[in-house]
Amino acid sequence: MIAKLRAPGLLRAMLGLLLGIAFAAGLTWLVRMATGHGTYSHYLSEEPIMAVSLIASPIFFLVGLGGFDYWFYWAAGRPTRPEDHSGHGARSWKDYFRINTDHKVIGIQYTVTAFFFLLVGGLMAMLMRAQLAQPGSQFVSANTYNGLFSVHASLLIFLFVIPVFAGFANYVLPLMIGAPDMAFPRLNALSYWLLPLAGAIMLLSFLAPGGAFADGWTAYAPLSIDAPIGQDFFSVGVQFAGASSIMTALNFLVTIITMRAPGMSFFRLPLLVWANFATSLLVVIATPFIAASQFFVLLDRGLGFNFFNAGKGGDVLMYQHVFWFYSHPAVYIMMLPGFGIVSEIIAVKARKPIFGYRMMAFSLLAIVGLGFTVWAHHMFTSGMSGWIRIPMAVTTCIIAVPTGIKIFSWLATLWRGVLHLDTPMLFTLGFLVTFTLGGISGVMLAMVPFDIHVSSSYFVVAHLHYVLFGGSVMTIFAGAYYWFPKMTGRMFDERLGKWHFWSTFVFFNLTFAPMHLLGLEGMPRRVATYSEQFATANLFISIASFALGLSTLIFVYNMVTSWRGGPHAAANPWRGMTLEWAVSSPPPIFNFDRIPTIVGSPYDYGVPGAVHGVFAPPPVPATVGGSAGSQGGFVHAPPE
Amino acid sequence: MPTRRSIVATAIVALIATAIGIVLSYVIKWFPVAASAQAHRTDTLYHVLVIASVPIFVLVVTVILYSVWKFRMKPGQELQDGPPIHGNTRLEVIWTALPALLLLGLVSYSFVVLYKNEKKPPGPEMVVNVTGQQFFWSYSYPRSVTGGAPLDTTQLYVPDNESVYFAIHSKDVIHAFWIPAFRLQIDAVPGITTHYRATPDRLGSYPVVCNLLCGVGHSLMRSTIHVVTPTQFKIWLKRQTSVPSST
Repeated sequence: MIAKLRAPGLLRAMLGLLLGIAFAAGLTWLVRMATGHGTYSHYLSEEPIMAVSLIASPIFFLVGLGGFDYWFYWAAGRPTRPEDHSGHGARSWKDYFRINTDHKVIGIQYTVTAFFFLLVGGLMAMLMRAQLAQPGSQFVSANTYNGLFSVHASLLIFLFVIPVFAGFANYVLPLMIGAPDMAFPRLNALSYWLLPLAGAIMLLSFLAPGGAFADGWTAYAPLSIDAPIGQDFFSVGVQFAGASSIMTALNFLVTIITMRAPGMSFFRLPLLVWANFATSLLVVIATPFIAASQFFVLLDRGLGFNFFNAGKGGDVLMYQHVFWFYSHPAVYIMMLPGFGIVSEIIAVKARKPIFGYRMMAFSLLAIVGLGFTVWAHHMFTSGMSGWIRIPMAVTTCIIAVPTGIKIFSWLATLWRGVLHLDTPMLFTLGFLVTFTLGGISGVMLAMVPFDIHVSSSYFVVAHLHYVLFGGSVMTIFAGAYYWFPKMTGRMFDERLGKWHFWSTFVFFNLTFAPMHLLGLEGMPRRVATYSEQFATANLFISIASFALGLSTLIFVYNMVTSWRGGPHAAANPWRGMTLEWAVSSPPPIFNFDRIPTIVGSPYDYGVPGAVHGVFAPPPVPATVGGSAGSQGGFVHAPPE
Repeated sequence: MPTRRSIVATAIVALIATAIGIVLSYVIKWFPVAASAQAHRTDTLYHVLVIASVPIFVLVVTVILYSVWKFRMKPGQELQDGPPIHGNTRLEVIWTALPALLLLGLVSYSFVVLYKNEKKPPGPEMVVNVTGQQFFWSYSYPRSVTGGAPLDTTQLYVPDNESVYFAIHSKDVIHAFWIPAFRLQIDAVPGITTHYRATPDRLGSYPVVCNLLCGVGHSLMRSTIHVVTPTQFKIWLKRQTSVPSST
């Protein structure tokens, strides 16, 4: 027992959790005593203990889990344990519940955790729609309702969309660039383990006295300053999710810059790698701003700093500027990796090179730059100085141009291809339709007089779900099916996949399209009840949303049963040219037996004899030509 | 294979779809009744935006559907690839430049609408102070309107065809003062005074909605604005000021 408690693992982590709470109690006791309270009973107070434990106990948990072991040994001058890679790979399900430095294990940890939170967040949406099915309904209280949409948004943004993309990239990005692992495997493990902690904190807020945080995921001050203790669960949860994002993004940047296989120049990178490169730049630059905004809120709440108290010299609008300086780029953090997935799938499934490859890469970089110049378009009705609206509206229109370039290039890639209309491709085509609609309503919202009418109404709810569900989630499903054979070594059920696509596509539109009209008609968002005139449309939306929720069960069933008992997958079931398809499914523990050499484009479908990578010393180009068709595009030289 | 005939046929279908879309955009009742000069300009802007959007959406969907129809893999094509087309500079320049011009045109037009909506119209203008607090709106008519002591009330009456300058305050957290029939809203922010002006041009009573989450009672923070004739407004004002201020 003692030996078990001393060894890194979940047991020691639980012990750490308790120690963290004890630490919080001790620290607040000391500080409160030192600053002098009238009576002894005030030295111990629940709220400060809870607030400090929220920060301390996850860190203690990670120490217990072993996330810092290597660095502690190193810092203490004790002999470090050299990585012998014996911990790589997962032999049983238990290996997913410990610190593991294998990027493929971490990729699966990320992906499965994220999908778990998709189901939780989706379930919350179902409860919300049950409440909204009728006006004046009492299914949940107004306070619970406000908690539900706040936690729904926070989970789906910070625990689903952002990390699931990091999960896919964790798995396939090192394979795609011909690397044996990520640049910083220990950091990678740590960044994963921050996630379930952030998710647990946000979910546990429902148990906090006064209920979950209930001011939306935007947590505008001053409402969030005077909110019950549940608000701290958001402010702290975001810190852990944000730290995880930053660590992963740094890891991706260093991996992409330094660990590309010989011959893999930037313009031979698959577009998924480009997309994650662009996303990681956004994450590293932008995420500290939301961390700052939430530290301001914590200090205002806990210690009365009055950053946002207008009566004490605080600035209410400043919160929104700092918050959106992250949260607008975050929209692209949640979309660019999806663009990468779409590019991979369209090229492979249309059997054609990506149309305008370089423009696709450059438009990603353009979005990164422009993404930092549009944040105040969320604040057209906030009461900020009127002139700021003009440049922000112009930049918002300009950022639609690189996005348009991408859509037109994908369409041109389809043209005259040989289209394999299987599940990943259907989700990709569905994405093109729904994301175009989301893009159009986005451009409309850039028009200031129109935005003044519908800002913060259901029109915005419709728009954001068209870009986040119709955009990001469609690409996530596409990617999940596309790489499922690679990640699990099994094939999914194609028929169920098609059912999943059609039910999702139809009920998605039935759920969210009518919301545009509700917003135009004057229904505000974030309301637990609404005026009679909106009753019919809301009932319709609720029914459609339940069907949309059920369609997800097809996906879950398909994934679970196929993973357990699906037919074994070939190394390259889609005849893709990128390197992840050059290794077995699932790939060997160290990815490549021999480091590949990259000799051509990743998308040269239809080019006779085209080759992307070879597993031998770089050949003289002449010896490569002449083979028939691009059958996957790898040359496996016989072992010498 | 894409034949000239199939492309022409598809283009015709797309044109018809675009026409239907544009007609629909006029048939659909998008908005609540418009009751201010600003609302009419904003509605026109919205219609222009929809008309500009329809062809773009139809284009995207048409290319997808045509590709699915003509280029889907047929039996025997399992191992075939498409032609290796890597790009086309002229096409790429066109689909960068045209949308950019269209967007800059639309945004310029929106600025014209914005300027007109926010400019003080000629003639007299009435000031009404609006205060948001959890969870109701209250209004204050200053001396310049009442001619006597300022009038504090929870009712909102404004005369028809006269510009109203709403000066908006908050006592606690942020609210948003939204009058959907006017197509106007702005946040009520603690510590600063925000404003907008509206010229009501249709008699009637319209909802006033708090449109920014302000706490548990947010969804019930509603009020009504009554647009009445100038004479009725004077009568209402007189009745309010003559009643002893018990409210």
